[in-house]
Amino acid sequence: MIRFVVTRLEAHPAWVRWGLLAAGLLLAFGLPWTLYPPVATDILCWALFAVAFDLLLGHAGLLSFGHAAFWGTSAYATGLIAIHSGLPFYAAVLCGAVAAAVLAVPIGFLGVRRSGIYFAMVTLAFAQMVYFVANQWSGLTGGENGLQGIPRTLPGVDLSDSFVFYYAALPVVLLGLLAAWRVVHSPFGRVVAAVRDNPARARALGYPVDRYKVVVFTISAFLSGLAGGLYAVNHGFASLQEVYWTTSGKVVVMTVLGGIGTLWGSLIGAGVIVRLEDWLATAGFDEVGLVTGGIFIVVVMLFRRGLWGTATHLLRRRFGALSEDTGEKHRPEHDREAPSQPVPS
Amino acid sequence: MSQSPAILSTQNLVKEFQGFRAVDGVDLNVREGTVHALVGPNGAGKTTLFNLLTGFLPASAGRIALGGRDITGQPPEHIARLGVARSFQVTSLFAEVTACAHVELALQATAGLGRSFWRSDKQMRRFTSRAMELLDQVGLARHATRSAGSLPYGHKRALELALALALDPKVLLLDEPTAGMGLEDVDRTVALIGRVREDRTVVMVEHNMNVVGSLADTVTVLQHGRVLAEGPYRDVRSDPKVVEAYLGADVA
Ligand SMILES: Nc1ncnc2c1ncn2[C@@H]1O[C@H](COP(=O)(O)OP(=O)(O)O)[C@@H](O)[C@H]1O
Ligand SMILES: [Mg+2]
Repeated sequence: MIRFVVTRLEAHPAWVRWGLLAAGLLLAFGLPWTLYPPVATDILCWALFAVAFDLLLGHAGLLSFGHAAFWGTSAYATGLIAIHSGLPFYAAVLCGAVAAAVLAVPIGFLGVRRSGIYFAMVTLAFAQMVYFVANQWSGLTGGENGLQGIPRTLPGVDLSDSFVFYYAALPVVLLGLLAAWRVVHSPFGRVVAAVRDNPARARALGYPVDRYKVVVFTISAFLSGLAGGLYAVNHGFASLQEVYWTTSGKVVVMTVLGGIGTLWGSLIGAGVIVRLEDWLATAGFDEVGLVTGGIFIVVVMLFRRGLWGTATHLLRRRFGALSEDTGEKHRPEHDREAPSQPVPS
Repeated sequence: MSQSPAILSTQNLVKEFQGFRAVDGVDLNVREGTVHALVGPNGAGKTTLFNLLTGFLPASAGRIALGGRDITGQPPEHIARLGVARSFQVTSLFAEVTACAHVELALQATAGLGRSFWRSDKQMRRFTSRAMELLDQVGLARHATRSAGSLPYGHKRALELALALALDPKVLLLDEPTAGMGLEDVDRTVALIGRVREDRTVVMVEHNMNVVGSLADTVTVLQHGRVLAEGPYRDVRSDPKVVEAYLGADVA
């Protein structure tokens, strides 16, 4: 039976893609019916954040360990704009995301000169600086108390009900995901993948690889900013947690758990982690980090492709070459490890 | 022919690796429109010289000029955009990308579409027919949809050549373009280089002396990072220094 379905689907790879998309949309529209709505919105925000992060890690091969800087900067910027301007929350979130993107330009510029672990270190260092500033500048950010009272403004619509707010937030996230998908499947995206796989060859073709990296870094920061701003509006609150390094770590965990370089995987990773944390918190378990950290280690050790990557890999192995392109990028293991080769022979 | 001006030249070029001089004071003058062969035993510094010329390695000393303009210290992508394309000795490709998509990527580099992150990559189909033409020229038309990683070595070399040609360069630097090719492919490659040289300058590292003999206007022999001899092939091959140092074994 399964074999029959799979062979059918193999003959029509587009069906798989549309089927997945329909299932994903159905799930997205039904989520607040099955979950506590604020948690459902959290899943949306983290899913977009994870996809934005994976655009950088999976597609450009750059491991940032400071993405909280963009999520958090936008959370504060969005909050401040929403509080002081009275603009619709869409505009506030957009401005927050732009602030994150602006911050990303200099960080990207200094970061992309280094690759591998150095890039992670540079991004971490900058994120710690953002944390420091947010902590010190308490007149603006509220310091330890956080930025309180961020309104959910939308003229003519009452968004105080979190169930309603979910549906107001959903289009932003869907547009963000669409943007990420578009970037991956654009002429620019092809160059970025080429730069990831073989920077020396890309340069020999005349592509300024550092500039491409800065642009993809900035796009990733912008989308992370959309997610962070939305998150702040969802909670009516932006705290130091948003710029803390654990937030950077959490998005790494989600992406790796779901499967690096797979759009769907990031969504699943985000859903699983947010759901799990909520469940643990409800159960009164304090050491949430211990559990997610443990899961992270298990995945890294045993399922390097992540949940989604492992599932599609097993399906493919079992039933032959099941449709290759379900929105993900495959690359061999060694590419993930290999540092860039600066000097060819 | 030797009257044409130098398009690519170096002055006292040096590359030192931790005290070891891989390129040791090379003065090279590649004349416009010629095929210039670089020969010499393994480790002579030919590839290092290519890496210097294309900006992949910074020079320890000396200058490089392209068409009279100093390009010393320029980054590789800049030199590529000035019209110098290279192939790599150790094939350097994007393993998962098809042969055709490789050439499209190269064609796109000169067309400047690569910055469009808001457009569909279906836009790149405008390069497909030209890409297929180039693949046909290097004998890869049948393998257009295969991933580069799955191609046999000789075909990878051919793809390297197609990539360099896709940039439509003024100066074409080929590092051992026929290495690992079967006889038939060598002949095709020689014929192709013979055709593409019509409107450009070619610098090639080549071990196959038949290839050098049939294509090169000028031959520079490198040894221990220095120029040992230079001139037309028939003069160089009979130069006693060269015979002793290197050619002796191949061309008796
Ligand atoms: N990156 C490097 N670091 C240290 N030594 C190098 C490097 N690249 C090349 N060499 C050395 O420089 C010499 C010339 O190498 P190469 O230019 O590859 O020679 P050829 O291409 O003529 O065979 C060799 O002895 C090689 O070991
Ligand atoms: Mg060599």
